[in-house]
Amino acid sequence: MQIIELSWWSLAGTALLVLALAVCTHLARLGVAREITIAAVRTVIQLALVGFVLETLFRFAALHWVALMGAAMVLVAGREVMARQNRRLTGGWAFGIGTVSMFVSSFAVAVLALTVVIGPEPWYRPQYAIPLLGMLLGNTMTGIALGLDRLTDTAWQQRHVIEGRLMLGEPWSAAIGGIRRDAMRTGMIPTINAMAAAGVVSLPGMMTGQILAGTPPALAVKYQILIMFLITVGTGFGTVAAVAAGSRRLFDERERLRLDRLSPARQRG
Amino acid sequence: MSTSGSGLQVHDLDCGILSQISLTVRPGEIVCLSGPSGSGKSRLLRAIADLDPHAGEIRLDGEPQTDVPAYRWRRRVMLLPAEAPWWLERVGAHFPDGPDAAAFEALGLPADAPDWPVTRLSSGERQRAALLRAVAREPRALLLDEPTANLDATTTEQVEAWLRQRIADRGIAALWVAHDMAQIARVADAHLRITEHRLEPAPCRSSS
Repeated sequence: MQIIELSWWSLAGTALLVLALAVCTHLARLGVAREITIAAVRTVIQLALVGFVLETLFRFAALHWVALMGAAMVLVAGREVMARQNRRLTGGWAFGIGTVSMFVSSFAVAVLALTVVIGPEPWYRPQYAIPLLGMLLGNTMTGIALGLDRLTDTAWQQRHVIEGRLMLGEPWSAAIGGIRRDAMRTGMIPTINAMAAAGVVSLPGMMTGQILAGTPPALAVKYQILIMFLITVGTGFGTVAAVAAGSRRLFDERERLRLDRLSPARQRG
Repeated sequence: MSTSGSGLQVHDLDCGILSQISLTVRPGEIVCLSGPSGSGKSRLLRAIADLDPHAGEIRLDGEPQTDVPAYRWRRRVMLLPAEAPWWLERVGAHFPDGPDAAAFEALGLPADAPDWPVTRLSSGERQRAALLRAVAREPRALLLDEPTANLDATTTEQVEAWLRQRIADRGIAALWVAHDMAQIARVADAHLRITEHRLEPAPCRSSS
């Protein structure tokens, strides 16, 4: 099947539709016209840049360039995890815990899938490695951000219960046990839901893309199943690691609850 | 101050607005602590239970706080706050070895209270149940932060009598924050008052 070429002119036509939406929201005084325009421009610039980077990367398919790209992706994702938390650990811990957990789980799962399951030649071939890592990081990032946000927020709200249990002589891990389990579950629920709804409610993006690009649906489905399993494993282990490390950091060496290690809550809505 | 000995020994403790606090509570003894609100009484108890960072030396039966894992220290040196939290649904579920119905009745609580949901307890009942919950863990020292604050006069004396008996029987070292001079006169073996960020010995009975 031939892939139909998209011309810049037809893209410009769609951009006019976005512009029309911006004008309508402006007239209706919804106050999002600026946001729509800025976000649309960002989409164009960011994706064009990434397209350029990928084209270059595909031409020089060297391991160190792929590794550099992966490192840049994990750092940006780590910053995003930190930005999405209402009360975050101070002193670089929010960034550190998020980034290290994402690095360990996403990279381990990606390398395992590339070398053992998919097996491209060479194993780090960027056409496979970068999109795979991107999907893993994107989902793991969401899981870790949700899990850590839930952990720190609940610990703050239930600080009296945690301290009450410490006073009764419970070890720190018992005093925060329920909150920690709850935070880990929160981080995993989106991927579990995505698996449960796949194909019934939503056609997953990667499968849709592959079918549009001419892959037989049966093969696209196999790839999608593989990706969803990898995402679930990566998100699950990443969230468990991040929440475990984050909850330890809420206590000091004398097992005291140290909420002074959290930044103040930001204004929400 | 001797480095070994029995009971609870606090030497040169600095915490919050209090500094250079030293005190000793022998086993089976009740030392009452009084002072205006905001004078740092609760902070002092929290430091002794090792819930707040602090400077100075604290020993239980001669053993320094820092030599004992923190959770084990808190199990032996138990802090009972004025309003202790409950986190499970049933009262009895908070007692690791099961609640002692006789003790519930001794404090004027219904014998079937352990089967109640926590929300059914009044604030006074909750306070007495929290006392039982703490004492059930057999601590060597008790840090009591106004343990009768929500109780009427009759129940207060009932709780005082039960606590004095228990403290004497088990040889518990008790530090008891109290406001009421009459209560101090009833329970205290010694009385310390916080004035100007320091501890000063005070009479157990008001002379006036």
